[in-house]
Amino acid sequence: MKRTFLGEFEEVVLLVLAACGEEAYGVIIWEQLQQQTGRSITISAVHATLYRLEEKGYLSSQLGGATAERGGRRKRFFALTALGSKALLEIQAMRQQLWQAIPDGKLQLIGQ
Amino acid sequence: MSTNKERIEPSNPQPPHWADHLLDWFVAPHRREDLQGDLQEIFLKRVTQVGLTQARREYGWAVLHYLTPFFYKRQPNEYPTPSTTDMLQNYLKIAFRNLTKNQVYSAINIGGLAVGMAVAMLIGLWVYDEFSFNQYHPSYDRIAQVMQHATSNGKVESQVANPAVMGPELRAKYGSNFKYVVQASWPGSYVLSIGDNHVSKEGIYFEPDGPAMLGLRMRQGTYAGLKDPYSIMLSESVAKSLFGDQNPMGKTLKVSRKYDVKVTGVYEDLPYNTSFRKVTVIMPWALWLIDNPWVKTMKKPWGSNFSQTYAQVADQVAMEDASTRIKNVKLDNLSKEEARYKWVAFLHPMSKWELYGEFKNGMNIGGQIKYVWMFGIIGIFVLMLACINFMNLATARSEKRAKEVGIRKAIGSVRSQLVNQFFAESYLVVFLAFLVAVLLVLLLLPPFNEVADKKIEFLWTKPLFWFICLAFIGVTGLVAGSYPAFYLSSFQPLSVLKGTFRVGKWAAVPRQALVVVQFTVSIILIIGTIIVYQQIQHAKNRPIGYNRNGLVNLGVEKEIKDHFEAFRAELKAAGAIEEMAASSSPLTGVWNTNGGFDWAGKDPDQAVDFPNSNVTYEWGKTVGWKVKEGRDFSREFATDSSAFIINEAMKQFLPFKDPVGKILKWENKPYTIIGVVSDIMAESPFYPVRPSLYHIDSDTPWNMTIRLKAAKSPSQSMALLEQIWRKYVPNVPFQYEFVDQQYGSKFKAEERIGTLSAYFAVLAIFISCLGIFGMASFIAEQRTKEIGIRKVLGASVMNLWQLLTKDFALLVLVACLIASPIAYYYLTDWLKGYDYRVAISWWVFVIAAVGALGITLLTVSYQSIKAALMNPVRSLRSE
Repeated sequence: MKRTFLGEFEEVVLLVLAACGEEAYGVIIWEQLQQQTGRSITISAVHATLYRLEEKGYLSSQLGGATAERGGRRKRFFALTALGSKALLEIQAMRQQLWQAIPDGKLQLIGQ
Repeated sequence: MSTNKERIEPSNPQPPHWADHLLDWFVAPHRREDLQGDLQEIFLKRVTQVGLTQARREYGWAVLHYLTPFFYKRQPNEYPTPSTTDMLQNYLKIAFRNLTKNQVYSAINIGGLAVGMAVAMLIGLWVYDEFSFNQYHPSYDRIAQVMQHATSNGKVESQVANPAVMGPELRAKYGSNFKYVVQASWPGSYVLSIGDNHVSKEGIYFEPDGPAMLGLRMRQGTYAGLKDPYSIMLSESVAKSLFGDQNPMGKTLKVSRKYDVKVTGVYEDLPYNTSFRKVTVIMPWALWLIDNPWVKTMKKPWGSNFSQTYAQVADQVAMEDASTRIKNVKLDNLSKEEARYKWVAFLHPMSKWELYGEFKNGMNIGGQIKYVWMFGIIGIFVLMLACINFMNLATARSEKRAKEVGIRKAIGSVRSQLVNQFFAESYLVVFLAFLVAVLLVLLLLPPFNEVADKKIEFLWTKPLFWFICLAFIGVTGLVAGSYPAFYLSSFQPLSVLKGTFRVGKWAAVPRQALVVVQFTVSIILIIGTIIVYQQIQHAKNRPIGYNRNGLVNLGVEKEIKDHFEAFRAELKAAGAIEEMAASSSPLTGVWNTNGGFDWAGKDPDQAVDFPNSNVTYEWGKTVGWKVKEGRDFSREFATDSSAFIINEAMKQFLPFKDPVGKILKWENKPYTIIGVVSDIMAESPFYPVRPSLYHIDSDTPWNMTIRLKAAKSPSQSMALLEQIWRKYVPNVPFQYEFVDQQYGSKFKAEERIGTLSAYFAVLAIFISCLGIFGMASFIAEQRTKEIGIRKVLGASVMNLWQLLTKDFALLVLVACLIASPIAYYYLTDWLKGYDYRVAISWWVFVIAAVGALGITLLTVSYQSIKAALMNPVRSLRSE
């Protein structure tokens, strides 16, 4: 496999999923995403991205846990795969490198 | 959708039903459960937060977002799809390997496609040029030429010539319809002088609104440059040639060596694809009127047509409406007697000048547009031939690639992946061919422009052009690649890998059908080329009624006009010429026609209009016409000043048995007919000669025709002629044209069509033969073993050659049978446009068939003889 490229939104979804720990399924990830990023996101976008990431092999999923409030339908739990973790780490390393290349004081910190 | 009824209390809020149904129907089954579960969960949360109605609304809204192809896709893919273009790269890599593995095959494919694409691109550029004709002018769709229909000799003729009063009348009476009305002269050559330096430039006289109407791009000065009668506007190139780097504005020139005019404007040269491209200087119409004082003093200003009128329709007026409103503009000003010609004025829009310029019986019958269609179709067909090659060669190789397909499928390729693979191959070939085609087009554009009389440029800078190129590549790849892709990917892996795979009995039929299509097109083009060529020859061999050799046409200068007899005497004395005469129309055109004729027994309501040439006494001797009855003009007879000589067509037209000695009245003056001469073909070589008359008038010769001495070399005579001319007219460019060249230019349009169709026919044949060559080589390869066995059993080379070429010959013969009637139908239709036309003879079809067959046999024979000469030991040993 060659270097892979993640879209920005894909990356955010992966990161949120990584932060969720166990038992992450669509609704949880969607809520977390909105909280962490402060954006308003449609649930369909989250679903599409999750499935797509799964197809690309960054995530794996399992069905399980039907509950009453879901009309007896099972949840799909997502987890990061090794490939997914690697992709995130690669991106972070690259970002780190880029940040270090910026001379001190070049970016005026605004706010606190 | 299964809902657990027992778990949910009736009080349970429900999301909207339609939304759930929509999801059920749309979303792929393997996605449905968890997805709906998530939605339901969110819905219930929202009910507690914002209430039922709002939650239901949100639910519906959210569901709508799922209507994307992504969620619709049914197949869960077990394997991760690569997140990069890996697979595409892989396809291209394999395609490239296949391309380099079999170089002959690739060369045939790329070469054929490149030629086909180049032809299609050239024709595309040409068609674009034709359609963008005159679009340089900003008001292109609002400009028109005022034309007139007139009925004479029982036919409706349409003409651009108008009286000089037409423009002013339109302004006065129909002014609200027009933004501009511009009276104009005929474009012609005018002598411009700076001091003693004289040059001749093509120009036109316009009323002041002309430049504004045409939207000329002014480099200097304004549109108001023609307000003063003594002014002139120059195109950039003329300004440069006259004044170099000096500023031309305000400089003084002499026009026609008479009038001092000031330069009041410089405009950008008009591009080659505009009707006014030759107009390099523009002068005021007022100056033309000063130069032609007779116009002002005409007794019947509506009586004769000697100028043109252009108009730009007002912005809120439709062209058709304006055209119908002005129809009686002339009729209203005519006496009852003149109204017999039923003059109808109308507007011929600029957008139709180039492609719809022909009128017949008062109707617009198209024109150049038929050739645009014709070549457009030829272009598409030639490209199609190239695509057919690709298909045939790809499917003919199918047995070679069947194993590959089988293995790929066994390993787990889906059919769509194989299709993609084959498409990648065809697109690669098409793309490479396109690159070659662009090179070819760049190489061929200059000669093509030469033949087509165009200045077409490759449209590098137009984004639209590149977009069209992309679409072009896309479509070509699709057309060429689809059949092989779907055919090859349909093989059953089991039978292929077991070795039981046989190409069926009928597998070759589509290929054969396509070859037949190719040759049908090629043969039609061959037949067409032959017929067009025959038609031109036929018209060229038509009797012209005069002796063309050694005739020279001279421009008339004032000094020559004033001393005509002296000039003629001096030339004859010097031995430069045989004879010389002047006339109002040249030998190769009709410049003036007249009505107002009357004869015994003429129906008083019949409107007539004949070419009527004013000539000097030696006209007949100079041009060498044949006197059929009566005699030629002669200075011996004083009465010849009121005599007519008529042509044979006129004799047919008049009711008299033997017209010589009969009286014709012209403008109520009696003229005696003294002779009948052979028809002189002055106009189109494809139409009958009009009934015409000749009479003596030494005052208005606008043309000089000179017969050189046959004994002297023309160059010697011309040098002598120029020397004597210089004595009379110093410093003016000596301009002359040989009559046979002028005559030759009558065939330009047809010859252009002939040359182009010949080229296209050759290219079509070339492409078709490339294909056949490839096919033959595959078939020879396929049947190597069979040939080996046959040789061992005693078949001769001749037998084998027959075996391999028979099929192809048959296909070509079938193509001939299909092509002949089609070609016959269309060519008959084309020839209908000419009154003087060649008969289509059967041997043309035979020649085309034999030619096509010969070329085919040559092409195939190379391969088949090569195969037949192979040593059977080598081909049979491998078992």
